[in-house]
Amino acid sequence: MLIKWPSDIKSSKITDKELYLNRRQFMAMAASVAVTGLITEPEVRAGQKLPVVKRGQFSVIEKQTSFESASTYNNFYEFTTDKDNVARLARNFRTRPWTVSTMGHIKKSGVFDIDSIIKMFPLEERVYRFRCVEAWSMVIPWVGFPLGDFIKKCCEPTSKARYVKFTTLLDPEQMPGQRRKIIDWPYVEGLRMDEAMHPLTLLSVGMYGEVLPNQNGAPLRLVVPWKYGFKSIKSIVKISFEEKMPVSSWMKSSPDEYGFYANVNPDVDHPRWSQARERRIGELRKSKTLMFNGYKEQVSGMYKGMDFKKFF
Amino acid sequence: MESDDRFIKLLKPGVFIISLFPLLWLAVQAVTSGFGANPIERMLHHMGDWALNFLMITIAISPLQRLTGLTWPMRLRRMTGLFSFFYATLHVFTYVALDQFFAWGAILEDVIKHKRIIIGFVSYVLLVPLTVTSTNRMVKRIGFKRWQALHRLVYLSAIGGVIHFLWLVKIDIRKPLIYAGILAVLLGFRIVSKLLKKEEKI
Repeated sequence: MLIKWPSDIKSSKITDKELYLNRRQFMAMAASVAVTGLITEPEVRAGQKLPVVKRGQFSVIEKQTSFESASTYNNFYEFTTDKDNVARLARNFRTRPWTVSTMGHIKKSGVFDIDSIIKMFPLEERVYRFRCVEAWSMVIPWVGFPLGDFIKKCCEPTSKARYVKFTTLLDPEQMPGQRRKIIDWPYVEGLRMDEAMHPLTLLSVGMYGEVLPNQNGAPLRLVVPWKYGFKSIKSIVKISFEEKMPVSSWMKSSPDEYGFYANVNPDVDHPRWSQARERRIGELRKSKTLMFNGYKEQVSGMYKGMDFKKFF
Repeated sequence: MESDDRFIKLLKPGVFIISLFPLLWLAVQAVTSGFGANPIERMLHHMGDWALNFLMITIAISPLQRLTGLTWPMRLRRMTGLFSFFYATLHVFTYVALDQFFAWGAILEDVIKHKRIIIGFVSYVLLVPLTVTSTNRMVKRIGFKRWQALHRLVYLSAIGGVIHFLWLVKIDIRKPLIYAGILAVLLGFRIVSKLLKKEEKI
C-alpha cells in the first residue's frame, strides 16, 4: 500500500497535469452517464502520488517536458509500434500483482513483490535528460532509487557477475505487440557491472511525482540517462547477474545498428541517420546532441580508451 | 445521357476538393487536438504517406480502365499525378524548413551520407519533369510518343518512394511492405498485359 504524502510540485507544472487528468475523468464520467444514466466514480489511473523524499541530486536544470508529451509519445513496441497509441493500448495493463526475480551469480537470489521494492529505499526525484536513438529527446523528472543500492542490499553479486541482464514481462494477451515477432520477445537489456552500480543508474517507479503510467513502463523500469533510450528497459520482471555480455533485443534485431553500449555520441552516426542533433520534444528547432547526453563528467571514466566507433 | 454529362462535369472539381482533404485534416488537427508531442514528425509522415498514396492512385488508373472498361478515370490522372507532386513538395518543404530549419549544411550532409534521403531526393526530383510536362501544350510540343516515354519515370519515382519509406522505418516494415505489394501488383499488371499483347500479335 502506498502512503499518500503531499508532493512538492512546481506551480508552473501543475496546470498541464491537472488539466490532462481532469479532462480524462470528465470524459469517463460523461461516458458512464451516457451508458447507465448514473454518475459513477471514474477509475483511478496513474495519478497516485509518491512519497518523494530527496530532490535535486544529479538533476538537470532544464525545462521539463510536459507530462502530457511524456505520457502520450512512447516507444513501447510490446503494445504497438505507433507512438501515439501506446497510452490507449496500455490503459488496462495489470501492474498488480507484480514480482521481480533476481538470479544468477549472486549470493541472495529471490522473488520480490513490487510493493516491497517501492518501500525499500527513500524515493528520490531525478530530473534526467532522455535521448532516444531516433534523435528525439525529453527532460523527465523520474522518481526512484539507485539500482546500485538495490544490488548491494538484495543481491550481493559474486566475482563472476560481470554483467546485469534485465527482462521485460512476456504476456501477449495483455501486450498485443508481442503477438508479432517484430522483436524476439521478451525484451532484454543489459549493463556492465560498473554501469549498473553507477550512481546515475536509476530503478524508477514513478515520474512527475506520481506512480509510473503504464505506457512509461510501470510498475518498474530502468533509467540510464547517458545511453540511448532503448537501454532504459520497461516493466521489468527479471534481473539476472551474468558472466558473459548479454545480447540485448535491439542488438539481436539489428546488430549493425544497435550495440551493447549505446552511449549517446554525436560523433558516431546511426548507419541510416545522423546523431549529431536531436529534436527536444516541445521545442521547434533541433538542438546539438551532447556527448554521453551531457553526463560526460559523470561517466566518461568508465570508457577510457574505448573505441566508440567499434563499441557503439 | 444528361446524368453522364453532369457526372463528368462534377468529377474533376469533386476529386480536386477530395484530394485536398489530407491537407484539411492536418488543419483540423492543428486547431483541435494538436499534432501530439512531435508535430513536425507527424506532418512529415502525413505528407509522405499522401504523396505515395496519390502516386499509387495515378499508376492504378490505367489498369483500372482496362479491367473495368470505364473511361472517366483517365480524365483524373493528370490531377492525381499533380497532387502526388503537391504532397511530395509539402513533404520536402516540411523536411527542409521545419525539420532542418534551412540548415543547408546538415541537409547536404544528409543527402550525401544517408541512403534513405538520397533515394527520397531522387524520387522527388524525378517528379519535376513530369509536373512540368503535364499540360496539354507540353504534350503537343514534345509529341505524344516522347511524352509517354518520359512519363514512365513515374514508375521509378514510385519504386524509389517505397524504398525511401522502407529505409527510414526503424524496424516495423509492415506499411512500406504494403505499398511495395500494391506497386508490385500495379507494375506486374502492366508487364503481363504487355506480354499478352505480344502473344496476340504472333
